[in-house]
Amino acid sequence: MKKRKMYIRMITASLLRRRTRMIIALLAITIGAMILSGLVTIYIDVPRQMGAQFRNYGANMIFTSAEGDISPEDVRTAVSVIPSEKLVGLAPYRYETVRINDRPVMAAATDMEGAKAASPFWAVDGEWPEEGGQIMIGKNVAATYNLKPGKKMTCSYLPEQEDVMDNYMDFTVTGILDTGGKEEDYVYMSFEDMEELTGESTAYDICELSVSAAADELETISQTINSSAPSLTARLIKRVTQSETTVLSKLQALVLLVTVVVLALTMICVGTTMTAVVAERRKEIGLRKALGAGNASIVGEFMGEGMILGAAGGLLGSVFGFIFAQSVSMNVFNSSIILMPWLVPVTIAASILVTGLACLIPIKSATKVDPALVLKGE
Amino acid sequence: MSLLELKNVSKIYGDLHALDHVNIKVEKGEWLAIMGPSGSGKSTMMNIIGALDKATEGEILLDGEDIAKKSAAALTDIRRDKIGLIFQQFHLVSYLTAVENVMLAQYYHSLPDEKEALEALDRVGLAGRAKHYPSQLSGGEQQRVCVARALINYPEIILADEPTGNLDEANEEIVVEMFNKLHNEGTTLVVVTHNPEVAEVAQRTIVLRNGRVDHETVNENFTGKIKHITLM
Repeated sequence: MKKRKMYIRMITASLLRRRTRMIIALLAITIGAMILSGLVTIYIDVPRQMGAQFRNYGANMIFTSAEGDISPEDVRTAVSVIPSEKLVGLAPYRYETVRINDRPVMAAATDMEGAKAASPFWAVDGEWPEEGGQIMIGKNVAATYNLKPGKKMTCSYLPEQEDVMDNYMDFTVTGILDTGGKEEDYVYMSFEDMEELTGESTAYDICELSVSAAADELETISQTINSSAPSLTARLIKRVTQSETTVLSKLQALVLLVTVVVLALTMICVGTTMTAVVAERRKEIGLRKALGAGNASIVGEFMGEGMILGAAGGLLGSVFGFIFAQSVSMNVFNSSIILMPWLVPVTIAASILVTGLACLIPIKSATKVDPALVLKGE
Repeated sequence: MSLLELKNVSKIYGDLHALDHVNIKVEKGEWLAIMGPSGSGKSTMMNIIGALDKATEGEILLDGEDIAKKSAAALTDIRRDKIGLIFQQFHLVSYLTAVENVMLAQYYHSLPDEKEALEALDRVGLAGRAKHYPSQLSGGEQQRVCVARALINYPEIILADEPTGNLDEANEEIVVEMFNKLHNEGTTLVVVTHNPEVAEVAQRTIVLRNGRVDHETVNENFTGKIKHITLM
């Protein structure tokens, strides 16, 4: 029999012999590893999950131009910098003052699908405009003019040149926009209708973007856009990105704190169990020393038992950790978590490390066992 | 040169002299018994000879080498390489089989060899019980496993502390017979015992009292066989 085989036989037999104690220690390590693995999964996946949640609160980046107008060409160049899977919505806007019943109202031309994606919190009573001649109006505008979905209305546009007659255009109201913000004072139409009404080709005044990325990544993206498309300026909407960062950092700090506390509790539990095991095995340790076992052998044997417990607990904890993270993710974010296979060896290694640290004090006391004292007669 | 020599060895705990200037010689191949009442210093002497404890003063020459001032690590090496220990309470590892308990001594000494361990068990008549756990063995069988474990590494000296203290008469006889066999094969034996029947089987008996050698007797009619006293 090789020495290693005998070593493995000894430590496995010893673990099996103290089944109850070892199950308690294994349970503590498994719970610790589960919390570690689960919370690290959440810690890593939360920015993605939270990012998706924050996208519900509207755009987090805007394009403006110092020159006034932004050409669709520049927007296309700038947007090509953003990975397509991260671009949730792109809503370009052109603003003009129009008249309804001879009173001025701000009209915004936009891409309705883009606006819908970039501002999912917009509540529309009725429908979004889908074709020419349809208009969506803000709640305040609707109240002022007593308009409802399905009603007809006329908008006029007064060109700047004095010798040109006003343009008139009839619209059907499809929906009333309720946002709780300044959008309720606007009317929304397609770019084609705006062109027809104003008789001018439409460039964009501003572009709102909803990008699913963490604050750092957003900052990098905006810098890249600013250098690759100098005719426009990409800026982050700080109130959105900062609150996202604040919430995330607080959540991550909480996750880190819970993980540290649970690992500390695991260490205490394993340390207590191993201390009891060493106390129980004082005679056996004395015998081993009497037979010629050096301190290194004693340390190796107890550490070996700790390592096996740590590895087994780490493996079980990885499995339960994923289930735990999945359950948290489904309940809190209503979406499934991404499996991270690299986390299994990391959890096992962390469990072995924690178990090893927890075993240090009991093992030190094992090396201090005096064989002459523990083996003496009755 | 004696295999083992104690020169003026004392062990002092506070005011108590557990051993007080003891001088003993043990020749190679000799069978020595150490007797004495409780508190006479038998166990202390056993621990010191067995490199389990250090003397307060004096020299302990084992195979010509003074082990009295050795470090704890060096004493561990001496126990592993030169000494075979047998205890009254057997001290077998409960979760290892008989043969694995024998191999444990090999494991710390050099390499575990199951075949050799089985042969050692065969020598003590336990070949058929090799795969049994200590709890499945009688007291006598457990002590025979201890004997097999003590002799597996061919130590220069076997120290037995009350080896028959927990055995019935029949098993006592078996263990003494094994010692006789080992003695005949040239093994040096030092046996600490309360039992005069076991002591008088040895070639020489040293009696300790209050930590000193009280007297010494040589068994002129040494046979290595136990003679039980029958009470009328």
